[in-house]
Amino acid sequence: MKTENLKDRAILFEQKIARDEKIEPKDWMPEKYRKTHIRQISQHAHSEIVGMLPEGNWITRAPSMRRKVALLAKVQDEAGHGLYLYSACETLGVTREELYAQLHEGTAKYSSIFNYPTLTWADIGAIGWLVDGAAIINQVPLCTTSYGPYARAMVRVCKEESFHQRQGYEIMTILANGTKVQKEMAQDALNRWWWPSLMMFGPTDAESVHTAQSMQWKLKRKTNDALRQQFVDQTVPQADILDLQIPDPALKWNPERKQYDFGPIDWEEFWQVVKGHGPCNQERITARVKAWEEGEWVRDAAVAYADKQSDATLQKAI
Amino acid sequence: MEKMNTENHIQYIYGIADNSLILGQRLSQLCGHGPTLETDIACTNIALDLLGQTRNYYQYAAQCMGESATEDTIAFLRTERQYRNVLLVEQPNTHFGYVMARQFLFDVYHLLVVTQLQESTDSMLAAIAQKSVKEVQYHQRFSAAWIKRLGDGTAQSHQKIQEAINDLWKFTDELFYQNEHDIAAIHAGVGVDVSTLKESYMTTVTEVLTEATLTIPAETWFRKGGKEGIHSEHMGYLLAEMQYMQRTYPDMKW
Repeated sequence: MKTENLKDRAILFEQKIARDEKIEPKDWMPEKYRKTHIRQISQHAHSEIVGMLPEGNWITRAPSMRRKVALLAKVQDEAGHGLYLYSACETLGVTREELYAQLHEGTAKYSSIFNYPTLTWADIGAIGWLVDGAAIINQVPLCTTSYGPYARAMVRVCKEESFHQRQGYEIMTILANGTKVQKEMAQDALNRWWWPSLMMFGPTDAESVHTAQSMQWKLKRKTNDALRQQFVDQTVPQADILDLQIPDPALKWNPERKQYDFGPIDWEEFWQVVKGHGPCNQERITARVKAWEEGEWVRDAAVAYADKQSDATLQKAI
Repeated sequence: MEKMNTENHIQYIYGIADNSLILGQRLSQLCGHGPTLETDIACTNIALDLLGQTRNYYQYAAQCMGESATEDTIAFLRTERQYRNVLLVEQPNTHFGYVMARQFLFDVYHLLVVTQLQESTDSMLAAIAQKSVKEVQYHQRFSAAWIKRLGDGTAQSHQKIQEAINDLWKFTDELFYQNEHDIAAIHAGVGVDVSTLKESYMTTVTEVLTEATLTIPAETWFRKGGKEGIHSEHMGYLLAEMQYMQRTYPDMKW
């Protein structure tokens, strides 16, 4: 392509984004835009799939029939989200197999929160309330992001996540109003999930390497710190209703800012988990690799059978 | 038509519902671990259908029992000997071939049962069956399609699914066994006489296995006991996991 022509296209592309028009798979896009979107959408898809594991850990032990079916349906929703997101990613010219390979080799990332273990039933409530709550805050702005297939997938994802968040909060409400042992279980879960949930918004703005470009492409609409603040302000009153204590002695309402002040995040822990040193990093990837490898003969059989069927159809047609 | 007592009625409901619960529990162990996302979602759907049916049956049984019975006391607080499911559904998820073979061998039976149960004089059971028929038709379509894919796929998949069918075959005869409660329910017009379903069952199973290029096992030795509460050793572990919360934290609301 001639340089002049390329320049024109780049200008048209930027104008389109500025006008809030969607970029569609067949539209011209800069290589960097394509790569950034593959990275972000696939990370998001991987997070959904890996996220099935800590919650799936409690499906077989859910305490009532109602909770069992609700949790099963919820984890199934996450699989569905993974499916839309991998499909959205595939429109950018990469295959699902390639994306899986990146996850399995450790070259692609997923949300670090899923490297923490689910130790009690209350963790299922805490994940719904806090982790899905944080995810919604991160994801709602993506419903209007510039890449069409991603934006459309996010509309559905957010609707379902909002339902999950309510379900998680309902679990916490029952526990917080239950017996002493149930309330302790709820408090313990909040203690363990609070800080990792705040870390879900990523490094502080000063440390975030992708923020500027992502804001320009509307792949991000607010900074990490702004979103984190929004989460704290939204969640503290919810904890108050449950009569549970947020495990942060520095947490305090700031009447001037009309926001909560909160204590420092342990970024050393955050980076350790990102680097693979979280409590369950190895277990999560091992589980994904095992499912993939053990399923290989099944996928091969499906392909072989489909080939035989299309050969037979062809023979009939001849 | 003879009347049956409440115990017969409840035990008859368990005989149907426990199959759905235990198979639903087995399938739900696989959620997040399937060979593809699509099969993962599909198997979870089947588990959800089965557990949904279980809830309908147990809520009805709890209503018949009165007192403090609930769907949860029925699901989680019985001892192993009190579950009436067939041995087939409690067998482990050895590999995807076993999962699909178990599903298919059960689905063909299940569809025949719920189809007939729609005619029950017990209007609640008839209504649950009516809702279930649509779901189970899909289950059978799904599992039969996988039997064909695996049977007529690669040499490896053929060998694996044949192995699973051969291994699970010994549990198929129990499907048609009837205990005293089943017989009382049949006489009362409430229950399905499953002994009359065997021929249709064999026709469908043979048809699908043949299309899948698989051999019908020649095995004539069959195991039974589940319907009398005599289970395989797998069952105790399944229940220990499933009942963990209710046993550890008794009398709490969740």
